[in-house]
Amino acid sequence: MAEALLRLDDLHVHYTLRGGLGRKVRGKQPEILRAVDGVDLELQRGETLGLVGESGCGKSTLGRAIVGLTDPTSGTVEYEGQALTAKRERAKRRRIQMVFQDPYSSLNPRMTVKQTLAELLKAHNMVPNNGIEARCKELLDLVGLGARALEAHPRQFSGGQRQRVSIARALALEPELLIADEPVSALDVSVQATVLNLLEELKEKLGLTVLLIAHNMAVVRHVADRVAVMYLGRIVEQAETDELFTNPRHPYTQGLLTAVPRLVPGRESQSTGVVGDPPSPIDLPTGCRFHPRCPIAQEPLCSSEDPVLGGNGHVAACHFAWTERPAEHVPEVLEEAT
Amino acid sequence: MTREPLVRVRDLQVEFQLARGVVRAVDGVSFDVEPGEALGLVGESGSGKTVTLRALVGLLPRGAKLVGGTIEVDGVDVTAASDDTQRELRGTTVSMIFQEPMTALNPVMRVGDQIAEEPLVRLGMSRSAAKARALELMALVGIPDPKRRADAYPHELSGGLRQRIMIAIALSGDPKLVLCDEPTTALDVTIQDQILKLLRQLQRELDVSLVFVSHDLAVIAQTCRRLAVMYAGQVVETGPVAEVFREPRHPYTLGLLRAVPDFEIVRDKLASIPGAPPDLASPPPGCRFHPRCPFVQDDCIANAVPLIEVGDHRAARCLHHERVVEDVRREPVIAGG
Repeated sequence: MAEALLRLDDLHVHYTLRGGLGRKVRGKQPEILRAVDGVDLELQRGETLGLVGESGCGKSTLGRAIVGLTDPTSGTVEYEGQALTAKRERAKRRRIQMVFQDPYSSLNPRMTVKQTLAELLKAHNMVPNNGIEARCKELLDLVGLGARALEAHPRQFSGGQRQRVSIARALALEPELLIADEPVSALDVSVQATVLNLLEELKEKLGLTVLLIAHNMAVVRHVADRVAVMYLGRIVEQAETDELFTNPRHPYTQGLLTAVPRLVPGRESQSTGVVGDPPSPIDLPTGCRFHPRCPIAQEPLCSSEDPVLGGNGHVAACHFAWTERPAEHVPEVLEEAT
Repeated sequence: MTREPLVRVRDLQVEFQLARGVVRAVDGVSFDVEPGEALGLVGESGSGKTVTLRALVGLLPRGAKLVGGTIEVDGVDVTAASDDTQRELRGTTVSMIFQEPMTALNPVMRVGDQIAEEPLVRLGMSRSAAKARALELMALVGIPDPKRRADAYPHELSGGLRQRIMIAIALSGDPKLVLCDEPTTALDVTIQDQILKLLRQLQRELDVSLVFVSHDLAVIAQTCRRLAVMYAGQVVETGPVAEVFREPRHPYTLGLLRAVPDFEIVRDKLASIPGAPPDLASPPPGCRFHPRCPFVQDDCIANAVPLIEVGDHRAARCLHHERVVEDVRREPVIAGG
């Protein structure tokens, strides 16, 4: 296998919530939120990896740690074999860029599109000064906005157009790796499709590698080559997209898939799905993190032993990922209602 | 249809006074809701679906004005009713479930007391009876250990539990009609699944009517029998969900169905609807969808297009609905549907 473009090795991002003096004096341990808790992940050049999970699972924090917006507590981010820290020099920073979820708050409302783009181009010396205007036009053209947009402020755009501007901004620095954090979840359905198609087109045209962070399983299925499922700070399953959707091995992935509402009326899942709420990442369950909500958990194994990501190519962190299960636990994905 | 409809909306018009002019957010919306029926209102942001829903209970946002049409709920004309009558109606006949339980619940009141408020104040129950009723409702909506949870404040509960509390409150006055405004949009998909199942089960068991507003076609497919698709303040298509999704008659409905990523139907490229919804301060002449429509003809631009009956209990606001159907038959929207 070729060398990975990006490699995360045992990455941890912990936030200390209450570690003040008062707590120390009383001899209490500080409260720590384990947003990312031991993630190994590789991205091959040119692929789109979908990272899915529910809110609070740490998927955005993971993205932020890769771009350098958050310092990892431990573990390493390696880019082309070289370690990257959160503080990085300009040339390295340029190569990984991010598109944020909310196009309303991630653009400076006081700057025109041209100012936004020109500032970046200048700071990174991307083009000679007299070429800035032309490059701005080129960038807007790339994301399907006309040159007229140059002098406009963000408020003059619709949500979908704003997201295009955000993408143009990310592309201004000619990155190799694009991290898209929920790029379409704030947009209407009819607009979502255009932005997803645009991302795919750009990926082809510019040879980008993309990490797509999303909670919508269907979006990921359409765009990603490979999918990693995250739960409470860990990757619990990872496989090629088709394989993951047709043959999920982790009960959490299976639950996520059954829970997605279907467009075909009457095809509702009859199974109970995933019960309860995700536990707090401050007070993690012992053993397998999913065991309190798991329909196939077995005591005492699952509450005492932490399963490892096992498998070949398709990996899953479940004690029973590769064993036959009792029939009633096979999730029925489609059930024609009477 | 032997029973009288519970809700009858006719030619509803709601306007907003804005700096850039008068915006007619809801323009001539009509529909009925039968007792015990679940009706879905689907549309994108700005389509007028939420404003329509709020008009049903007289809870229009500030700046909005009802300028025409009638709304009858359980025989009462809401548009003509006094504030007192409207409040009465909201307490007992109609209730509402909001999108954001955290902002809709009272943050400084124990959730058990919030559920008991309705039985206590409106139904005139004694304090202990109201309390017992609250616990009963909490059990009904699937809250584990209601006794302990009744003493919690909203911030102590998870998003899923908070939404269950909202549902319990909505049911506390024994309503005939529950209005749901994107009740699962703020929730994670596994929790959404739990809440949708609960709503479906309650609707069946308690025989209440639902009006369910959502932007998510799949959520509507899983909760409602009938739907109305809204675009730019108007209903553009109505009919039974299964039929509309299998064979849409309006180009907008078709466009939406093709744009939704679904993982049973994987396409090379997601279809999209070009352009953006119109500014309602100056809507386009003729059919409001014509600037974005792939089937557009000259007659679409000339005159406003009425809702046209296109089959049993089905209507579409499109002059060329036959061509939409041809297109669907060539390339089905839902595989095997």
